[in-house]
Amino acid sequence: MSTQKGATVIVVGGGVSGLSAAWWLARSGVDVLVLDKGIVGWEASGRNGGGASHFQSPLFAEEQRLWPMMDEMLGYSTEYQRGKLVLATTEGQLKHYRYMAETFCENGSPAHEIDLQEIRERVPMSGDNILGGVHLTIAGQANPQRTVQAYAWALQDLGGRIQQHTPVLRLVHERGKVTGVETKDGILGCDSVVVAAGPQSATLLAGVGINLPIASARAEMIVTEPAPMMAIGAVDGNGLYGRQTKRGNLAYGGGPHEWLDVGPMGPSVRPGSPLVRNLTKRLLGLFSKAGNLRVIRSWAGVIENTPDGRPVIDRIDNVTLITMSSVGFGLSPASGHAVRDLVMDGKCSFADLELLKLSRFDGLSPNWRAEKGWLSHAEPV
Amino acid sequence: MTDAKLVDRYSITNRFPSASQKADVVVIGAGPSGVAAAIAAAKGGASVLLIDENPVSSSLMGLDTPLYFGGRMTRAVDNKARMIEQIFASDPLLEAAFEAGVEVALGVYAWGAFQNGPGIAAMPEAAVGLADEECSWMVAYKQLILATGSRDLSLSFQGWDQPGVMGANGLHALMHRYDAFAGNEVLILGSGDLALNTAIMVVEAGLKVAALIEVRDQVQGDAALAAKVRGHGIEILNGHVIVSASGGADGVERATVVPVAGGDSRTFTCDTLCQAIGLVPAIELFNVLGGKLSVRTDLGGHVPQRTGLVSTGLANVLVAGDCAGLSTVDAAAHGEAAAALALAAIAGQPLADEAPAAATSLDAHAYHADWMAALMKVGDDSIVVCQCEEVTRGDLTAVRQPRYLGPPSEVAAKRDIKTLAADGPLNQDQFKRLTRACMGQCQARRCREQVALILAQSSGVPVAKVPLAGYRAPIRPLPMSVLAAHDEPYDMTANWDVWFGIASQWVPYNDIGTEREAMHLEMLTDSQHI
Repeated sequence: MSTQKGATVIVVGGGVSGLSAAWWLARSGVDVLVLDKGIVGWEASGRNGGGASHFQSPLFAEEQRLWPMMDEMLGYSTEYQRGKLVLATTEGQLKHYRYMAETFCENGSPAHEIDLQEIRERVPMSGDNILGGVHLTIAGQANPQRTVQAYAWALQDLGGRIQQHTPVLRLVHERGKVTGVETKDGILGCDSVVVAAGPQSATLLAGVGINLPIASARAEMIVTEPAPMMAIGAVDGNGLYGRQTKRGNLAYGGGPHEWLDVGPMGPSVRPGSPLVRNLTKRLLGLFSKAGNLRVIRSWAGVIENTPDGRPVIDRIDNVTLITMSSVGFGLSPASGHAVRDLVMDGKCSFADLELLKLSRFDGLSPNWRAEKGWLSHAEPV
Repeated sequence: MTDAKLVDRYSITNRFPSASQKADVVVIGAGPSGVAAAIAAAKGGASVLLIDENPVSSSLMGLDTPLYFGGRMTRAVDNKARMIEQIFASDPLLEAAFEAGVEVALGVYAWGAFQNGPGIAAMPEAAVGLADEECSWMVAYKQLILATGSRDLSLSFQGWDQPGVMGANGLHALMHRYDAFAGNEVLILGSGDLALNTAIMVVEAGLKVAALIEVRDQVQGDAALAAKVRGHGIEILNGHVIVSASGGADGVERATVVPVAGGDSRTFTCDTLCQAIGLVPAIELFNVLGGKLSVRTDLGGHVPQRTGLVSTGLANVLVAGDCAGLSTVDAAAHGEAAAALALAAIAGQPLADEAPAAATSLDAHAYHADWMAALMKVGDDSIVVCQCEEVTRGDLTAVRQPRYLGPPSEVAAKRDIKTLAADGPLNQDQFKRLTRACMGQCQARRCREQVALILAQSSGVPVAKVPLAGYRAPIRPLPMSVLAAHDEPYDMTANWDVWFGIASQWVPYNDIGTEREAMHLEMLTDSQHI
């Protein structure tokens, strides 16, 4: 078969998981090519809250080890900042945040409750409606848009290649192995492939007989004009996730999502909704002294989830697949490392990923989306 | 698929309440097209709500929202109630609309519009999001007529970021609708009909026009209008471009122009610099609705893709006047055509729409590009393009990280517009993300078009090929206390989860499959985990 210039490893999908994986592979001297249907980081990877605080993950320790070094390792700014405060406006929230802090501690990450005096000092925009909060000292935040571009540029600086506006139409499969990928320009050969294509991963993998159960949904965020800087910018709670950016803007999301059917080329539209009013209501609850601060924009992203909401990071023959199930940005420094290990060594060197294997979904009902109420009611995007 | 058992309670399905207000026809924009549409729809028996955001609050005016006011308003604008009376009095047709039974709401912002379609089925009915200075609310419509007009193209030069630099639409609004213009002597950029009419308006109001500055070698507008301008003793300088404006605490006091081909500069005394180079169709709401756009440089740039004179591919949404594209079509007739289609659709007997308005001979992009090229020739890289985020021309072409991040690293300094273009066609949203140009609180009203022009010019692609940086709700910067849903229904509150409501997602890895898992699942349900 005639093949155009491929690569030793082709990564399908230039989101944060694919880019980090490619960067880690390039750091190990592997000839790697990333193909993206559009522009790197254009979907959920560039549209999320920028949180880096996912204690539940086996990748969390490695994530936390890496984040403070990422600017230097990549050569570009990610705007990473350490520390996070979570504030409650109801007793239910407070109980929950305390539980979360305890769970953080149990999992080796310092966290403690903070009193109202400390909250007033650290969060001058908060008001008397705040009942309490917790301080997660090693969680953090970064700028998703700057970070995805940093991965992409750092990858190029190591000799890795990125081809944008090149959707992968199918994986080419011969004698039980993937030998390349087909694009509009023809077939690109490879020794192994990493599928990190978000909502589109399911279609691509189905073509080689791998059933990845995921469903996609739209989630929304809002952003305000710059507010006075807080010492710890990652202040959230009250039903929201989000952060104050280094520029000062408050960027927050949360609340109901809309399940969607996404075509094989990915989302064509990402509509907003009046949910901006409900998000604003909660943001005002969090920072009740900032009522005059203006909301200037909102946006939406489309994110995939597995049935249990946990990632799939697995290698099947020479296909390595990764979906972080809607929680991928913060963990990306570590998830890329894990994918690099799977591709090169067949095993993650720093964490046990047994429970994130795809085989846990063997025997899943084919109607699982309907049974969970995760079907789309909207026209496909 | 609406079996209650099968709906994810954390999803948005069935969560939005019905709108608090309803109208058969909602018309956004009380300019000539919108008022005519509203009157015709009301006379046809429909309940009609006509919305106009003017008078806007003086704090929004300071952000050049929605028009490019350039800080040249008198203190009269601080009194919104007084301004509502003034605007009502400025247009006798508003009185006529009121008498025809139209509900006229002035000083009300339309910040969003939403209807079900690809990717969204959450709306119980099609609705616009409105707000005044106190609160926001939703209004359901059967037919929506967008008559949102146009805003001013603004371009940068040394000193453009000071009071007194404004746009022709902004000046027209301040003089005619608000009666609150604080300037006396105006230097006008451009020589098309827009610029010529602006000059006549200023002179007839008893104020002074310093001159008209035209970048091309001929006057662009109607010869008779130009003759009228010259008849007032006003000079039109062809082949010239502005180099700088300078002044003091109150803004512009003088401006300097030079011949594009080189030569001696001239300095004019003026307190106002009016950019009358071009208008940009106000497509924000149409874009928020998910309407398809096309680039029609003969109609002013990005305009709604139309399937007739006023119809769009978007169900129940009609466009009239300048927001449909800048053309010579009669504004009132355009509005009435929209009303006729809206009435017919409501009656269940849809009318066929006429053929689209004939294209004009305008080539807006070419003209804008000529101005931008001349401005870039006579001005350097240090000129600020995005005032809110303080991004310069040089920052844009260097794809430089914002200043609050300090100097770029050695490798970051090697990245620029050329390396980015080598990775694929330039996209304005990418520049937003990396440089923050267009990310500020004016919502890019002052810099959106010129950023596209600079990207096009610096990379050698036509500006029509630079994808539009999309608009998102709220399309007006609104205080949190105003936009917040104080009327949130119980179901939304009770089923709110910070993320997807998938409790198993948050179980610590080491506890998966242990007896501790059940405890976590119980605690993590109905909650606000991170």
